[in-house]
Amino acid sequence: MNPLIPLFVVTPLAGAFLIMIIGRFIKEFNKYFTSLILLFLVIISFYSLFTTGENLSVYKVGGWEPINKIPIGIYMVMDGFTVIIVCIINLIGFLSAFYSISYIKRYTAENYFYALFCLMVAGMNGVVLSGDLFNIFVFLEISVISSYALVAFGVEKNELEASFKYQVLGTLASFLILFGIGFIYWKTKTLNIADIKLAFSSGYDKTYYLFVQILILSGFGLKAAIIPFHAWLPDAHSSAPSPISAMLSGVLIKAVGIYVIIRLFFNMFIVSEGMAVLITTLGTLSMVIGVFLAIGQWDIKRLLAYHSISQMGYVIMSVGIGMILVSRGIKPEVAALAISGGIFHLINHAAFKGLLFLNAGAIEYTIGTRDLREMGGLSKSMPATSATSFVASMSISGIPPFNGFFSKLIIIIAAIMAKFYLLAALAVIVSIITLASFLKFQRYAFFNKTDDKKNQQIKEVPFPMVFSMVVLSIICLLLSLLVIPGIRDAILTPAIDILTDPLKYSSTIIGQ
Amino acid sequence: MKGMTIIVKKTTQLIAGMIFMYGIYIIVHGHLTPGGGFAGGVIVAGSFILVTLAYGGDFLKLVKEESGTTIIESLATIMVILIATAGFLFGTRVFFNNFLPKGVVGQLVSAGVLPLYNIFVGTEVAASIFIIFLSLIIFKEESPK
Amino acid sequence: MIAYIMCFILFLVGLYGVITRRNLVKIAVSLSIMEISTFLFFALIGYVDGGVAPIVDPADPVKVYVDPLPQALVLTAIVIGLATTAMLMAIIIRLYRKYKTFDIREIKNLRG
Repeated sequence: MNPLIPLFVVTPLAGAFLIMIIGRFIKEFNKYFTSLILLFLVIISFYSLFTTGENLSVYKVGGWEPINKIPIGIYMVMDGFTVIIVCIINLIGFLSAFYSISYIKRYTAENYFYALFCLMVAGMNGVVLSGDLFNIFVFLEISVISSYALVAFGVEKNELEASFKYQVLGTLASFLILFGIGFIYWKTKTLNIADIKLAFSSGYDKTYYLFVQILILSGFGLKAAIIPFHAWLPDAHSSAPSPISAMLSGVLIKAVGIYVIIRLFFNMFIVSEGMAVLITTLGTLSMVIGVFLAIGQWDIKRLLAYHSISQMGYVIMSVGIGMILVSRGIKPEVAALAISGGIFHLINHAAFKGLLFLNAGAIEYTIGTRDLREMGGLSKSMPATSATSFVASMSISGIPPFNGFFSKLIIIIAAIMAKFYLLAALAVIVSIITLASFLKFQRYAFFNKTDDKKNQQIKEVPFPMVFSMVVLSIICLLLSLLVIPGIRDAILTPAIDILTDPLKYSSTIIGQ
Repeated sequence: MKGMTIIVKKTTQLIAGMIFMYGIYIIVHGHLTPGGGFAGGVIVAGSFILVTLAYGGDFLKLVKEESGTTIIESLATIMVILIATAGFLFGTRVFFNNFLPKGVVGQLVSAGVLPLYNIFVGTEVAASIFIIFLSLIIFKEESPK
Repeated sequence: MIAYIMCFILFLVGLYGVITRRNLVKIAVSLSIMEISTFLFFALIGYVDGGVAPIVDPADPVKVYVDPLPQALVLTAIVIGLATTAMLMAIIIRLYRKYKTFDIREIKNLRG
């Protein structure tokens, strides 16, 4: 058993409550302690990334060994796919926490902010590492309840309204998920994902199975803001404080939405063609409609939030194509390519969308508005923000040599090789519209000429904010290296193996 | 917040202690009978809420009480995590490991670390429900009339 | 079987309330109804005909017990439901302070 696995949950959880006590007496304690905790998590997550590889390690909480190969305790699982998401969560989390050191000064109650931040990270790590359904639900609730509070952190009209919408839809999603879990437990009498897979492979009732799949997909789809369920996302992500927007958009919708959908539909349910086509359709719809909703926006953070929907559409569409091919049992190498494109885009999106929200926060911090029409000419007075946001904009629109280009290229190639020509064409068109939308952002925010007197007083943001943005933009460039075969084999291939092989996940876990 | 009439105050005096003791009983016998940390904690919090409603209290007193309760809540959570970590340090190096002797089934001191978890979870639940109640009241008190 | 169907109807009643009600507090109450229906469902799936409460009795080891796991799950879910409801109420009170109304039609700052 790998003793590092529970540390991902226990450390931030203990940190949150320590901040609540010690932060009351020592004033500067909270901010540095949060960054320190997350730095520690980043180190152990990267250590796990380099040591996990093809292995799949299981941690049985409480030391409850299986009886007759039937798991009875709570399992925590770390495999190639999990470890990638864990790295993203903790890296973006660390940079956002470091950014908050100077950004969050204008709010009161900093203790609560950092405690909720740690709780959110603990919840997300728990969702990703958990090996049974009910713990996924519990950790999901920990992370989303703290995110409800963080969205409403400004306690003004907009924040409260966004948080209310988010809570109503989020709670609805939670009960759909809980109902789905109940249905699964009813028939299979187990909650362990690997064990459920084995129970499902030995035959099942078709109507029941379809009903469960729809419940689970709509529940987690609401959390992931796939297009018919997207109503809460633009409000919630644009009203939150900027580091939290970066966490929500960059990590939360992936960890509690996309990750769980991919994990459950590949490793728990038996991949069926009807469901795969449905998922691909939803992904394509998100990709196209999201970008059209984004063009008309003048509020920077709303624009970025709509682009999140669109970019998540790319990921879901690409994974869906892989799922269709896996269910038909043809062209395994194309399926692997499509899934790897999806996961690669997931990683990239975390980096550049996190960076873009941090840029938006920096602009709001200095000039106090989020409306594109009221800003301009910032490239001279804020060089670091301008340069990093240029990198991020080019990444998200898919311009070489930035990371977004390679992942979109892989997705388009996979779609063409799988003979989905329409989807490939749509992916290209959406990418072009994205480029147009971000050219507008660049032009209005940084290059448009306005009166120089106002711009004279604007200064670059403080060091912690600049540091986070520069590190993220370097990561944006470095992630392009994942396309090189050697590095790709080491990092992406274990994740794809565990997803495409129908029984590897469950048989390894039950065997241990 | 104003208190209530003398009848309510007197009745509260009589039964609040009993409710509290009943909650403690449920918590301590959590590993033997139905109930446990959460159910008992809610009952304990109920007794505190009853006293606060009956006797009232001015704004500053409520705020002070709230901050004290927050510290108790956080300490209880940290104690739970510490016991879990103790399971990691002793015995088979697993979190949440039951490292104490298990004793005889049906006795009060048995089942290893489970009673300890129950006690701290009970404290945590009682404190957090009381905090929810207090913060809603404080919010009502500070609102402009 | 009828019990399961009733439980699902209760879920739909809650959903209807969330969609059609205009009052913030009524939406929160409807969400609570949905929550309760889910808990009821969990309690039902653990039921075994003729089973007794799952407390081990050393004198009589062959008793039939009901499934204890869904009960543990419901207890956890109740805690989560409590947190959600408290959070929702706190937000509703704050919303009332800012907008001076509980009507959801008048709370529409965010558009587009």
